[in-house]
Amino acid sequence: MPTRPLLAASPASVQSVAFDPALEARIVEVLTRYPTRRAALLPVLWLCQERYGWISPGVMEAVAAHLEESPAFVEGVVTFYTMYYTRPPAKFVLQVCETLSCAICGGKELAHHIESTLGIRPGEKTDDGVFQLIGVQCLGACGTAPVVQINDDYYENLTPDKLDALLDELKGGA
Amino acid sequence: MEPVLLRARGKANSRALDTYLAAGGYDGLKKALTMNPDAVTQEVIASELRGRGGAGFPTGRKWTFVPKDHPGPRYLICNADESEPGTFKDRELIEHDPQMLIEGIAIASFAIKANTAYIYIRGEFVRWARILEEAIAEARERKLIGRNACGSSYDIDIWVHRGAGAYICGEETALIESLEGKRGFPRLKPPFPAVVGVFGKPTVVNNVETLACVPHIITRGAHWFASIGRPRNTGPKLYCVSGHVTRPGVYELPIGVTFREIIEQHCGGMRKGSALKAFFPGGSSAPIMTAAEIDVRADFDACAEAGTMLGSGGVIVLDKSVDIVEAAANLAHFYAHESCGQCTPCREGSDWAMDILDRMAAGHGRPGDPDTLLRICRFASQGMTICPLGDAFALPISSMVKKFRDEFDRRVASASPLPQKKLPVLPWAGPRPGFGE
Repeated sequence: MPTRPLLAASPASVQSVAFDPALEARIVEVLTRYPTRRAALLPVLWLCQERYGWISPGVMEAVAAHLEESPAFVEGVVTFYTMYYTRPPAKFVLQVCETLSCAICGGKELAHHIESTLGIRPGEKTDDGVFQLIGVQCLGACGTAPVVQINDDYYENLTPDKLDALLDELKGGA
Repeated sequence: MEPVLLRARGKANSRALDTYLAAGGYDGLKKALTMNPDAVTQEVIASELRGRGGAGFPTGRKWTFVPKDHPGPRYLICNADESEPGTFKDRELIEHDPQMLIEGIAIASFAIKANTAYIYIRGEFVRWARILEEAIAEARERKLIGRNACGSSYDIDIWVHRGAGAYICGEETALIESLEGKRGFPRLKPPFPAVVGVFGKPTVVNNVETLACVPHIITRGAHWFASIGRPRNTGPKLYCVSGHVTRPGVYELPIGVTFREIIEQHCGGMRKGSALKAFFPGGSSAPIMTAAEIDVRADFDACAEAGTMLGSGGVIVLDKSVDIVEAAANLAHFYAHESCGQCTPCREGSDWAMDILDRMAAGHGRPGDPDTLLRICRFASQGMTICPLGDAFALPISSMVKKFRDEFDRRVASASPLPQKKLPVLPWAGPRPGFGE
């Protein structure tokens, strides 16, 4: 199954967003797993990222109000972890592993290949908003290096040719 | 050795609960539930199982640290953060045999009298978190876990909790903070998690591979487990081999085989036309070993004797094409990125080491650089920081400088001076309008 594109990101807002009932229900379910409301913060942020595409200031406000925390506390947690998007991401985020095992098995070449074929530097998006390149630290798939994580999926044992074919396929489905 | 932990790998439908039950699955939990919790712990102590996450602490003894008379709830946490570079064994276990892990968690929870267990899995492992959630739902549906597990009077709930991308959350107290919904800042010890852990309650944190060993210890007995390997280093071990070998991957072998056997026999030797230069024996945080040290046994005590550590069993193999200065710079980037920033020696030290190694790799090394690196490493390790991340970056980098000093010196000898930059401290746009006029 090919990787699903991410949702088009909801617009940025500093006004607290209102959660819809479906999301509310999932948050209520998550809260039953923990003895404190605060412990649900990471799972709730995941649910919000799934729903809104990224964690905007407005989402942080709403999460904070829900869990009875201050927005500053929520922002502190969001920015500590690398996987919450604090800016709208592209449809496909190409996360190239930079750490040793991948680096010595072709990871560096793979990153350079993406840079030259898509014309983007790490952190940047293509003009059409389909691809974004980021360098990430060890993904825990060192035996099948080099590895690229695209959105939620791992693609392992990659070569520039395999990656080209993959990007064409993803672009077709975007 | 007949595979134990990886017995399901390559079999059809290996993840299904029925496949696991047909292979004798959940017999261990059923047997444990008829025993006294302390007897379960005693069995694990007798097996001499040592933690597979990196520290190698005796698992059964860790369980005994939970206060016996504590009235409130206790928790078991399965550490599936798997973030040590070079390590990819837990993923393999979850991929092929998630029920074995769930049974291990249930037995361990029973032994420490916990009714709730969390599996803290790294955020990137979306697929494996889903596999675990499905497996837990399946086991709960068949009443193997949940209320009155396996028809006993014991309740055990297991929840999957996804991290969000932070190496530090593999450290047990940072993991606990993260599970509580905070930043992953490690805590000072003592108090140890077994006394004051998650939500302020007694907590045991065990690695995936450690917990996966537990059902086998209960069904086949501590004696059988201890007969694999050698005294104090017992049982099967998953070795993850990556880098320049012919067949990288996860290999299950009796603990204590030599690195030569792992690399030459099981991984088919070095890839075509290359020769071994060095390897990391247990993830990138273990001191590097040279090709001459390949006959060391891959177990906790032998590695410690050789001045390194078995860690997580992630063997990263480097051939002669690898420049050690560049490899050190690569790792310095990793640790500088992942330092949580609480302790100055680690936060600043990893950053400075990265800057110096980057400069050396770019051909601008200075004569004092290798010694400066060693000094930075000395200040960041051996108890100067709250958690072992300071040691985790200091040990590999200082060992690389010491064991491959000639490469560092060569870089310095052939270096060109860095063009001097003017510091941007002078006013560059003139006085602010309306200011001082």
